[in-house]
Amino acid sequence: MTDLAPLRQAQPVEEGLRFTTLPPKDLRNLSAKFGWSLSDVELEDIRAHFKKVGREPTRGEAETIAQTWSEHCKHKTFNGPIRYSDGKKSRLFKSLFAETIVKATKDLSKPWCLSVFKDNAGIVAFGKSGRWALAVKVETHNHPCAIEPYGGAETGIGGVIRDVLGAGLGAKPVLNTDTFCLAYPDYAGPLPEGSLQPGRTLRGVVAGVRDYGNRMGIPTAGGGLWFDDDYRLNPLVFCGTVGVLPAWAVRKSVKPGDLVVAVGGPTGRDGLHGATFSSAAMAGRSDRAAVQIGHPLNEKRVLDALLVARDRKLYRAVTDCGAGGFSSAVGELAKECGACAGGALVELEKAPLKCSDLEPWEIWLSESQERMVLAVPAKGFAELERLFRAEGTNCTVIGEFTGSGRLVVTHKGVKVADLDMGFLHDGMPKVERRAVWSDGARPKTRPPAAYARGAGAGHADRGRLSGILTRMLAHPNVCSREWVIRQYDHEVQAGTVIKPLQGLRHDGPGDACVIWPVAATSEWNDRSGFAVGHGLNPSYGKLDPYWMAMCCADEALRNLLCVGADVSKASFLDNFCWASPEAPEQLGGLVRAALGCHDAAKGYGVPFISGKDSLYNQSRDEKGRELGIPGTLLITAVAPVPDITQAVTLDFKGPGNSLILVGVTKGETGGSLLGQMEGEGGEVPKPDPKAAGKAFRGVAAAIAKKLVLSSHDLSEGGLGTALAEMAFSGEFGASLELDQALTSPPMLSDETILFSESPSRVLLEVSPKDDLAVMRCLKGVPARRIGSTTANPVIKVSGLDGSIVLESHLVDIKAAWQRTLPELLK
Amino acid sequence: MTPARQPRTSGRPKVLVLRAPGTNCDVETALAFKAVGGEPELVSIADFKSAKVRLMEFAVIAIPGGFSYGDDVAAGKILANQVKLYMREIRNFVRLGRPVIGICNGFQALVKSGLLPFSAAGEQTASFTGNDSGRFEARWVHIRLNTQSMCLWTQGLPEMIELPVAHGEGKLVLKSPRHLEELKKNKSIALQYVSDDGKLLGYPHNPNGSVFNIAGLTNPEGNCLGLMPHPERFTTRHHHPNWTRQTFMKEGVGLEMFRNAVRYCQS
Repeated sequence: MTDLAPLRQAQPVEEGLRFTTLPPKDLRNLSAKFGWSLSDVELEDIRAHFKKVGREPTRGEAETIAQTWSEHCKHKTFNGPIRYSDGKKSRLFKSLFAETIVKATKDLSKPWCLSVFKDNAGIVAFGKSGRWALAVKVETHNHPCAIEPYGGAETGIGGVIRDVLGAGLGAKPVLNTDTFCLAYPDYAGPLPEGSLQPGRTLRGVVAGVRDYGNRMGIPTAGGGLWFDDDYRLNPLVFCGTVGVLPAWAVRKSVKPGDLVVAVGGPTGRDGLHGATFSSAAMAGRSDRAAVQIGHPLNEKRVLDALLVARDRKLYRAVTDCGAGGFSSAVGELAKECGACAGGALVELEKAPLKCSDLEPWEIWLSESQERMVLAVPAKGFAELERLFRAEGTNCTVIGEFTGSGRLVVTHKGVKVADLDMGFLHDGMPKVERRAVWSDGARPKTRPPAAYARGAGAGHADRGRLSGILTRMLAHPNVCSREWVIRQYDHEVQAGTVIKPLQGLRHDGPGDACVIWPVAATSEWNDRSGFAVGHGLNPSYGKLDPYWMAMCCADEALRNLLCVGADVSKASFLDNFCWASPEAPEQLGGLVRAALGCHDAAKGYGVPFISGKDSLYNQSRDEKGRELGIPGTLLITAVAPVPDITQAVTLDFKGPGNSLILVGVTKGETGGSLLGQMEGEGGEVPKPDPKAAGKAFRGVAAAIAKKLVLSSHDLSEGGLGTALAEMAFSGEFGASLELDQALTSPPMLSDETILFSESPSRVLLEVSPKDDLAVMRCLKGVPARRIGSTTANPVIKVSGLDGSIVLESHLVDIKAAWQRTLPELLK
Repeated sequence: MTPARQPRTSGRPKVLVLRAPGTNCDVETALAFKAVGGEPELVSIADFKSAKVRLMEFAVIAIPGGFSYGDDVAAGKILANQVKLYMREIRNFVRLGRPVIGICNGFQALVKSGLLPFSAAGEQTASFTGNDSGRFEARWVHIRLNTQSMCLWTQGLPEMIELPVAHGEGKLVLKSPRHLEELKKNKSIALQYVSDDGKLLGYPHNPNGSVFNIAGLTNPEGNCLGLMPHPERFTTRHHHPNWTRQTFMKEGVGLEMFRNAVRYCQS
């Protein structure tokens, strides 16, 4: 290693510029000029630090600090103090994250949580053998996708794959998931200059995920779509990856003297300032250099070589280069030094480059994709290098981990940065934010439509309710996603045993995919699998983010329950996407959602293992007004499927079977699809985790006894859409009697029973001979037989007065359900 | 063709599963061979370049699916050139009657290296172009096997089978109509996309628009098979999209194809 003594100090931030003596206004301008997104308080802290050190910061140092302290990397809002008031009570959070989500996980202390919240992904135990673990991560890549949907989505999926590759000592990715929140693809209203039409954004992000995920050889088999015009300036793209790793490879360590090794693609100017860029509201649309360029083949090479190197134990630690590039990756690994002070010396001139004219600080901060950093004991390096070279990718020593407690970066003998690790990682000033929540400020909700719109209303409803059902099925938030799913290779690795599309003609909407990760374990006779489900509903969040969080958790679990997963061993991941947290009302909603996550985790007994927040999702519209996204929470749930051969799908399996509705239907139409379509209010759905947990255990017991032929959760559009989806996927009709449904209050209208979105409900198809056995499993659980399947391909619903209130032919409703996306994206 | 021309096997024939940067169905292909008694080995094309591995030591060659070299230039094109350059013996391997299979990207490589349709001169007479639908698509298709074909991989399978396809450049095109007639005459069209009642219909039954609904080709002797569908993705009944509706199926029909090759080597 280079001797440090003769090093020259690099130029300060700018030639002749004295950072430590600049007036605050000029400092602020400097931060804006370089895109640092640093606040005044932070700038003053940096100034104070360097005054104490007795010199000016270099450009590389200022950039490294801006990067490390960005909202994107440090999650200042979630980790920082928040003074929250809901009108009645106020509460001071020292750290919202630690006191809600992390606290719930700690309190639950579940034995399957092997590594939570500290690594690049959450790691849980997997399988019966005890030899395996799952690494799970869901990321967002919102800002880049707004500017360049294809490249943004590509690098989004590429980044989350690397997170899983960099979890523990590296996990083999076996599943990708993708969830998009966008404006309706046919949005034709005004947009500010530079904004893309939402249909184009959708096509772009689907193509990006397709081209990257397919080339990586990872099945994309889960996810969702949600449309709301308030996403028109800030689309959301959630990318998730699940990987399998050996149980011995969960922990990483770094020892002084280990080599800092960069593997993968070369470093270029692409993706500078990605982290700081996504930590601010988007002002203009011109900063395209902040979006990286994806190259899936390079990442595939890294993946293949890395996993072989892992099994040969050639390195001690690994992490990916994400936001902040080398600066974050090396900085994070240097912290893994255990007892020693940590630290590293990096010689930037050794890094392979895409172009030779990069400034040293640009090499250090570039977010070029497909790169990872390893801590390698020197004696194994030659073998490691051979492995990566054989795959045709780079493997280069760029420095050494030291125990000095300092992060020293040089370029051809010139010191680019020399920072104290303590200041860099813990020196960030904490800023208290204010959050308020007031029920009064929410849109007023109307009570549910009362029972009985006059005698004989049933007959009048017959056409009307059928019409509502058809329109619901055709609604973009419910319609078939086949147009998207078929573009993803969802079966590569030959482990997708329950596919995203299910049923007689392989086109019904499955609740969740089930993965049998045999390509990762090579254990042909081990039938252990896992399922991944999602919950997302920003419409509920517009009424109350607390209940949105509870509903999302409830739905994600029911997705898993319905395919036969063991939800008593489930884990959650949270992804918050919010507008600016500097607005107290916005932050109030975020606090509500975080409290909901805490209560859901505790209530359902399901720990959070990983998560991410993406804030500042707001932009100026064509009139210069700030338009924020609706507060959005994606809850991803993962649970083991102990025997994949016992999994269940949603499609009706035969005629004459009983239909059992589990759960109570209430007048919960607030935020519902019915509410949106018919302009009706109502209460936001409010799950009761205790009762729900009992119902879930009952359903799980029935599935375990092989008594359930098909099952489907009730979500958007309630009983009506669930019934229709089960029927047309299996091509059997159904006749239903609404007066058999358990409701609260006892008097609800036919319309409300059919379309209410009361949570925790599941519809089961069981053989009539098993009715009693199933009801025994559901002892103490509100559940009723409400009808049966029929050979006649029609769904027929009789209302409370006994008349037929809905009659729809499967061919018609399926066509309506399938038509929407292909037509919108023609 | 006599088994004597096979390398000696101790019951478990050695299967070469060829890898190149971007290959991604190698593991499941190897697992399928292993499940039926083969001894698969993942070998990188780089090992042929450096002459570390000898082709003739293997009893079977499988070129699995994926996006070799990122599908740059055209799907399978770079790998095809590498095979021609560094695995020259593969033509001899085929001529000796040893089993060779190319799946999806592997089929594209076999076609672009002039191994299928097989001609003594090694001339390339077919190619692949983008799906008619204009996009990558993953779906299960109905396949009719050519019962007249000598193909050893499909012997004993039911005439109608189901397999998944997943590709963006799967439309097989031939140099001239004459070549189609030749393929028919030589019984080289091993698999065709059909509707569930066995008819040669267009999209979506034919998922890519291939000429004459061709899903797979074999050499006239039947030991070298290339196909777009993925038999390695249908090795257990739980791979079928409909398995929760069925009780009759014992295992995936794809497994039988790998078993055929292994048995052939053992006989």
